[in-house]
Amino acid sequence: MSDGAFAVVRAGALTTVQDGGRAGHAHLGVPRSGALDAPAARLVNRLVGNADDAAVLETTLTGCAVRPRRSVVAAVGGAPCRVTVDGRPAAWGAPLRVPAGAVLEAHAAARGVRSYLAFGGGIAVEPVLGSRSTDLLSGLGPGPLTDGAVLPLGPRPASGGGGGGPVPWPAPPDELLLRIRLGPRDDWFTPAALRTLAAGRYHVTSSSNRIGLRTDGPPLERAVRGELLSEGMVLGAVQVPPDGRPVVFLADHPTTGGYPVVGVVAEPDLAAAAQAVPGTPVRFLPVHRAGGRQDPGHTARAGRG
Amino acid sequence: MSGAAPAGAVRVMPVGEHALLVELPGESETGTLHAELLRRRAAGLLPPVREIVPAARTVLLDGLDDPARLAGELARWEIPRPDPRAAGSVEIRVRYDGPDLAEVAALWGVTPREAAERHASVAYRVAFCGFAPGFGYLTGLPEKLAVPRRPTPRTAVPAGSVAVAGAYTGVYPRSSPGGWQLIGTTDAVLWDPSREPAALLAPGTLVRFTAAEGR
Repeated sequence: MSDGAFAVVRAGALTTVQDGGRAGHAHLGVPRSGALDAPAARLVNRLVGNADDAAVLETTLTGCAVRPRRSVVAAVGGAPCRVTVDGRPAAWGAPLRVPAGAVLEAHAAARGVRSYLAFGGGIAVEPVLGSRSTDLLSGLGPGPLTDGAVLPLGPRPASGGGGGGPVPWPAPPDELLLRIRLGPRDDWFTPAALRTLAAGRYHVTSSSNRIGLRTDGPPLERAVRGELLSEGMVLGAVQVPPDGRPVVFLADHPTTGGYPVVGVVAEPDLAAAAQAVPGTPVRFLPVHRAGGRQDPGHTARAGRG
Repeated sequence: MSGAAPAGAVRVMPVGEHALLVELPGESETGTLHAELLRRRAAGLLPPVREIVPAARTVLLDGLDDPARLAGELARWEIPRPDPRAAGSVEIRVRYDGPDLAEVAALWGVTPREAAERHASVAYRVAFCGFAPGFGYLTGLPEKLAVPRRPTPRTAVPAGSVAVAGAYTGVYPRSSPGGWQLIGTTDAVLWDPSREPAALLAPGTLVRFTAAEGR
């Protein structure tokens, strides 16, 4: 067994491998995937001297424990949690050296949902379509971690990591404020529904996952009753299924969908969405483009095929 | 290149900060715009864009630096007829032995053998992909042959199942739940991430089904 590897001692509720994602294949039905809290994944990578989009572990609420076969620089960030190396307390949000054979454990999240574990050299599972990310919607990339699994590590980075002092981490949100730009299908909803979206009190439900942040709250009433033909979906799209409760699409979202998208959440706000535990209050803040108009209403002409 | 044939207004809608959704009057205009976008991207005539995602009546452009600018330019495009050879073509051998073939034949008012011949006589085109990696929505069947989805989806449809729903035809790239009517089976590998390209069918690909022995 190569020493450039770690064994999974405790996989946790749902721990996946994530990197910068699998962009460029949406037209084939391949989701983007990648770390849900992208800034946190970047930070832990920087702490160990990796490229920003190297593959890391993303945990879900209960953390995980791993045993590297060689000594490695590691860092745990994202959702704050207790960190131990062979049972002894270690720093969260800072580089730490894990000796060969020692157990690095990220314990249950004290706040937030997803902690990130980076290792110098990154996790070196075989890429699929240019990415090592686990895609829970369509099953691409490595499966979620299981106890006893062994994952390869890449060669140590030249920079070695460990540079720099403490870095600022945003705290997991007590209330989720999501800036939303209306459209493309806001005209499928009544004016009252758009007021409800802006003023209503929603909260995160426990059925949220890497595909979408599901919310409960006042339903949004449709103005158009018909069925929308499937159309392309973007990260952050707020889709409204027949029950009227908004779903914010996260990294493993389907590439097309047939429910109208009332608006799109600004990408920088999705990191906080990734850390919002069930029950967290959600407010949608409609933003307007410079110039004030929501829909430029461009027209064009296209040839008949 | 018989020149642009105006086909009515196209709506360009902003989607968040970095994307545009272009809505077209019909399926053929959607295919035409999609082909033109690919042609312009290949020729270096399109600003950098991460995803070009066609669907039934729309094309999504995601990952644009300046979507408003492209929206304005799109409005002035003269779009030539697409070169049908540009997207490639594939032939898929099918055993018309699906469990729903008799039911589809009954809906079409023909025998199962005639239904198979009818299905294999059509020139198909991948309008768009979705549902699962490598699953293409193929158009070509006339609207009058549209069939409903099954009232209760199957929990597991085998990989390689050739199926119809509405006026679409599709082939399941891997075993998955599904509600389409299963009319046949193919050994073709629709999706293999270790292959280049991974997907046998991409938007625009022309498809013929040929009946293999076995029925």
